[in-house]
Order: sequence, then structure tokens, then C-alpha cells
Amino acid sequence: MDIIRNFPMMTVILSLFSGSLCFVLKGRTARYYTLFYEVFLLIVCSAILWYTVTTGTAVTYPMGEFPAPWGNELRAGILEALLAVLFMVIMIVSLLAGYRYIDTDLDESKVNLYYAILNLMTASLMAILWTNDLFSGYVFLEILTLTSCGSLIVREIGRTTLAAVRYMILNLLGSGLFLLGVVLLYDLTGHLLMVPMQETIAEMAQDPRMFMALTLSTGVLTIGLSIKSGLFPFHFWMPDSYSWSTPTSASILSSLVSKAYILLLIKIYYRAIGLDVFEQMPIREILLVLGIAGMIVGSLQAMHADNINRMVAFSSAAQVGYIFMGMGIGGIAGYTAAIFHIMAHAVTKSMLFLTTPRLAEVSDNSLLFKKLEASALRNRDAGLAFLVGSLSMIGIPLFAGFTSKLQFALAGVESGSHVKLVAVMLALAASSLLNAVYFMRTLIRIYSDPRGTVSKANIRQHHRPLYNIPMVVLGGLNLFLGLFSWVAINLITQGLKMFG
Amino acid sequence: MFENLLINYEEAAAIILFGIGFTMLLFHQNLIKKLIGMNIMDTGVFLFLASMGYIEGRKPPIIVDGVTDPARYINPVPAGLVLTGIVVSVSVTAIMLSLTIRLYKRYHTLNLDEIYTLSVHSMEDR
Repeated sequence: MDIIRNFPMMTVILSLFSGSLCFVLKGRTARYYTLFYEVFLLIVCSAILWYTVTTGTAVTYPMGEFPAPWGNELRAGILEALLAVLFMVIMIVSLLAGYRYIDTDLDESKVNLYYAILNLMTASLMAILWTNDLFSGYVFLEILTLTSCGSLIVREIGRTTLAAVRYMILNLLGSGLFLLGVVLLYDLTGHLLMVPMQETIAEMAQDPRMFMALTLSTGVLTIGLSIKSGLFPFHFWMPDSYSWSTPTSASILSSLVSKAYILLLIKIYYRAIGLDVFEQMPIREILLVLGIAGMIVGSLQAMHADNINRMVAFSSAAQVGYIFMGMGIGGIAGYTAAIFHIMAHAVTKSMLFLTTPRLAEVSDNSLLFKKLEASALRNRDAGLAFLVGSLSMIGIPLFAGFTSKLQFALAGVESGSHVKLVAVMLALAASSLLNAVYFMRTLIRIYSDPRGTVSKANIRQHHRPLYNIPMVVLGGLNLFLGLFSWVAINLITQGLKMFG
Repeated sequence: MFENLLINYEEAAAIILFGIGFTMLLFHQNLIKKLIGMNIMDTGVFLFLASMGYIEGRKPPIIVDGVTDPARYINPVPAGLVLTGIVVSVSVTAIMLSLTIRLYKRYHTLNLDEIYTLSVHSMEDR
């Protein structure tokens, strides 16, 4: 089974190669190639997951075979492999459900470039999941930023360019701070690899002056990554970037890219700084407060949106708040809840972003709420998908959204602090209520037909069974995470133990 | 406290540069000035890295006269990191400049606020 050691490296190198290959392929060929390649990657990632679960050990790949304190490593544990599998599923589904919008939104000569960008994005997502070294983390973070900006600007209307520029500016601020944080930590510890860094930090943290310096560097790094992932108050770039891009990009950006930054942050807390040291720093409380504020403000802004994509995008900002709240609660339970929510949100949000354009299609190509009236009656399949996504977002039992809220509540109970428990419970209640208000309002809007415009003829016209397969996959995953959540939670807990 | 700043003047200068660049990138409305700010910010970090990697009186780690004692050489890793950082910064600048050109061609201004107003009024809503 020695060959599995090479798999993490293989996913990165092959994706980089596929990216370059797509530059020379024709649009349609590039699409088939990318689809085929991503299915292949899904199999590879599943093999890594299978290996790590059955043997209970992580796969480590030292680059250039230089041993630990000097070299540069990739490492795949249960958690990374699980998330890699999920990421690949979402990628494939987003591509299948969105490729016809790619064909219409993009200039024909540029379609292959879009697939090249997607492959490069896969490479950087995989590298961020596997990386065991802070500086490689930074490099692939920048590649991820550039490719996500690329996936926005391929749709050449003025607003996407503006959205991309704002996205880039915010992300550059974030990368700058992250780089400074990494450099400061390197200056303090003399290591870039996470494990030796953690050992040095554990010794240094005994000295109060050094602890101060460590807190400062970790704080800088945290601000950087929270700007990039869109934590309140840095979430205002989200609605424009997600609303105007092509649906595949919106789905991937909201459910994978912004979550990859959070995963890197969790990994740094766990593996580079060490959870024991990190939990003594005051950063945790700030994350809790900002997370809760994000949950409420994001939902309030979603209520005021006049366009369905903007509403879903603001709701993404609120969900990022949930994840940071989980990290703020801390402990294994808090991080388990946060990571479970990353998975639940990825499955749900991609479903919503891939459904809204289909509702818009039957409503004069408009995403405005007033035009969307009765759209779910005109396209019943898309309506059903939106219903499932919305119910999960609100947190109705059976769906993944419910389980993740339950996990947050349990983590609050286990935190042992009354203030935290009350804050978490109140935040969950308020945010669920707000979620229910705006998602229910949207559902009523798209399902009611006050003007009687729907007839049998125009329903049949929009019935396209083939496009429902991706939705069935996402809905199935959503139900699976809701009903059999213990499978995912067990894997996450094992993965986190392997992290430490 | 100020003595420490004087001893570590390179690091202090690097952090000041970072601050200047960060503020420019955040608050200037002119896109080109924002980009200049970004470059100043990155340069600040590179200065920090480079000054931290250099130890006075030591040589670059290239063995020419058979001396293999690590105490005679400086750490080459920060220089490698600076180099990688510069490559990243150049590519980011390139893509941002190309985006700026695209926005300028469409809206004939470099001011982000004005571009925003123009783009909202042009109503390319779907």
C-alpha cells in the first residue's frame, strides 16, 4: 500500500498539469476532460480516505524526501481526506449542473480557459487541504485567490469585473496579513512545518512575554484568514461576487473556496499553534463575538435583499458566522460542530446557488423577487430543489442544517461556561428565526401564483430530467448528513484526534 | 521600549511600510494607488524576512573553501521565501492591472466609488 503515500502529491501535480492542458484543448473537449479528471480525483481521494480510516494512520509525503524539520510535507489524515472527497463531489455536481450556463455566459473562445481555471483551483484546494507547512499554505492560498478571481471575471459584464476587483482587494489585504502572521511565527519559532512549530510554541508559551508575541502573530494571521473567508465585518464583498458570477463559480466560491480558508485556519490552530496554547489566547472570545454578530447581521441583510442570489449570498455570510462561532466555543465539540457545518453548508449552499438560475430562466431571466413569483410552479424540479435547500438552511429536522445547529448547541453545553452557553443558544434561536423568516417568505413567493400566470403548457416546457441528477445527489447527501450524521461526526472526531 | 525599536530598526521600518501599504490598499479609492499600496505592503513583509535572515559577518551558504560549519553561514530559507513571495506579488499585480484596464475601458474612471455608481445605474441585472 506504499503507493497511497504518493496520492496527495499526485492530486496536486495532476491538477496543475490538467490546468495547463485545458489551455490548449477546445472548449467542449476541456469540459469532458475536466469532468473525467474530477471523477478520477474523487476515486483517488476516496482511496486516501479508505486507507486512513482502515489503518488509522495519516499519510505523509515529504517532498524531495527531506526529513521533518527541514523539508516540506503534505499530510493526509481522515479529516482532510473526508473533506477532499466532499469537495470533489461538490465540484463535479457544480460542473454538471452549471455547464450550460458556462456555455451561455462565456465567450465561446474562452470556455476552455474556464476549465483551466477550475483545474488550477482544484490543485490549490487540494494543496491547502493536504499542506503541513505554513508557507506552502500561503502560496496555494494566493493561487486560490487568483483562480477564484479568474472564475468571477470570465463572465464579462461590468458588475462581475467590479465585484472581482473588490473581491481581490479584500483578499489581498487578507493575504498580506496572513503572510505577515506566518513570517512573524517563523521569526519566533524558526520553523515553517507545523509539527516542529507546535513543539517550539509549547515551550515558548510558558514565558509571558513570548506568549504575548505569539498571541499577536496568531491574531494577525487570524484576521487575514477571516477577511478572506468573509467573517463579519468583512463580508460585504460576498453578495456582489456571488450574485453576478456564473452559477458554477458562485456554488464553488461559496461552498468550497471560502471554507478552505477556514479549514486552513483550523489546521493552524490545531497543528501549528496547538489547541492548548491557542485556547489560552483571547482570540477565541473575539471569534465567538464576531461569529455571533455575523450570524445576526448576515441574516438581517439577507432579509432586505431584493434579489434571490443576494439573499442566498448574505445567508452565506451568516453561515460563516456559525462556523466561527463553533471555533469560538472551542474544544473538540466546538471544532466538530464547525467542521460539520462546513460540510452541511457546502451541500446546501451549492444546491441553492445552482437552483436560482433555473428559477430565473422561467422568470424573464431575472433574479429579482418580484419577477420570481410562481417560478417554482413553472419549473417544479427547481422549485423542489430550492425547497429542500431552504428547509435545510432553516434547520428542519431530517436535513443536515438541523444536525449542525444541534451540534453547536451541544458544543455550547459542553463548553462549561454559562455565558457562552446562553450566548450560543440565543444566537442560534435568533438566527434560526431570521433564517425561517426570509427563506419562508421566498418559498411562499416562488410557490404562490396570485396572478394566475401558470398553465400546464409552460410547465412541461421546462421539465428537464437530466439536470435533476446533480440535485438528487446534493439532496441525498443533505439527507444523509441529516439522518446518519453520526458517520460524519465520528470521522470528524477521529480526524481531529489525528490532528493533535 | 524605543531602544528596542532602534536596535531592530529594519523590522520597525518593515512594519511601518506594511502599515502604510495596508492603509493605502484599504482606504484609497484610486485603483492604481491601491495597487501601489499593495506592493508597498508586500515589500514591507519582504524587508522583514530578508533582514531577519541576514546575520552580520556571515556568508551566503555556498561552500567554496571547504568550510561546512553552519555557524559561518546565514540561513538561506528566508531568501527563498522572499523570492517566492515576489513571484506571487508580481502575478497578483499583473492580474489586478489587467482588471483595472478592463474597468477603465468600460467606465473611463479609476475611482472605485464612481465605478460603483456607474455600474449600478447601468442596470445589467439579470
